[in-house]
Amino acid sequence: MTRRARAFAAFCYDFVLGDDWLIAAGVVISLALTYGLSRAAVPAWWLLPLALVLLLPLSLWRAARRR
Amino acid sequence: MGSGALFIAVFLACVVEAVEATTIVLAAGTARDWRSAMIGMAGALAVLAIVVATAGPAVSELPLRGLRLVVGALLLIFGLQWLRKAILRASGHQARHDEDKIFAGQLAAAAGQSRRRVGLVPDWYGFTLSFKGVLLEGLEVVFIVLTFGGNQHNVGLAAVAAGCAVLLVATAGVAIRSPLSRVPENTMKFVVGIMLTAFGVFWGAEGAGADWPGSDAALLALVPAIGVFALILVALMRGSRRTAAVAAAEGGS
Repeated sequence: MTRRARAFAAFCYDFVLGDDWLIAAGVVISLALTYGLSRAAVPAWWLLPLALVLLLPLSLWRAARRR
Repeated sequence: MGSGALFIAVFLACVVEAVEATTIVLAAGTARDWRSAMIGMAGALAVLAIVVATAGPAVSELPLRGLRLVVGALLLIFGLQWLRKAILRASGHQARHDEDKIFAGQLAAAAGQSRRRVGLVPDWYGFTLSFKGVLLEGLEVVFIVLTFGGNQHNVGLAAVAAGCAVLLVATAGVAIRSPLSRVPENTMKFVVGIMLTAFGVFWGAEGAGADWPGSDAALLALVPAIGVFALILVALMRGSRRTAAVAAAEGGS
């Protein structure tokens, strides 16, 4: 039972987070910041594109360094 | 996002996943037993259809803003992972997805297993190989159908697009009985990664309360902008790989 639960947790982790947890963490933080700015009535549409421009090269650099 | 764009986005994403699932089913059928592989595929497709039929209406009932936040976050994470892998492959940092090689590996692994009959299934190993392969690849299809369809309140159309993709690929696979290695899978994965990322950025920001300049028209700028950015990253990564190779060659001589 524990083995199956562990296997399921590993599958979920792999399915959602994939090869680099940094991307998932960065997306969640960026969305939280977007929500915060929007609540403060500050235009926040630019934040996710900016996060993308930072996160993707960073994740690629980490992957290339590992190989 | 119009119905046509919804159909194309889901169709392309599902073709990629269906090609990978077809390779596994073909390997199970060729190395083990076709009847068992087909029962496994049909069983997995039935499970996936039940998931869409039960979760689809529930997803459509969720408040749009909350749905867009969650779906946007998941699509952005998925899209960035796809795009990351596609860029690594296109720049030579990671081996390209090769259906022929995967098929050969699956065949070798399947050929060494003993045969066991369970109920109507002549070969249990062939059945589970096919069932698991289709189910796992299919879960990504279900996710895309529910997220894209749910956001547009048109899960039905998204399911039809996915069904067309699966039918097309499965028919081609059964007809030629060999892996669909001619499908430009790496290029398609690149394009789908761009689309998932663009929709993830758009819906995620909207769900978090941001307003896009130009409203829905912002997507028309996001998709090409992310595409150009990804191509620039491919060029930079290729350059860095060449530089590293030259430095290694000079260090070795």
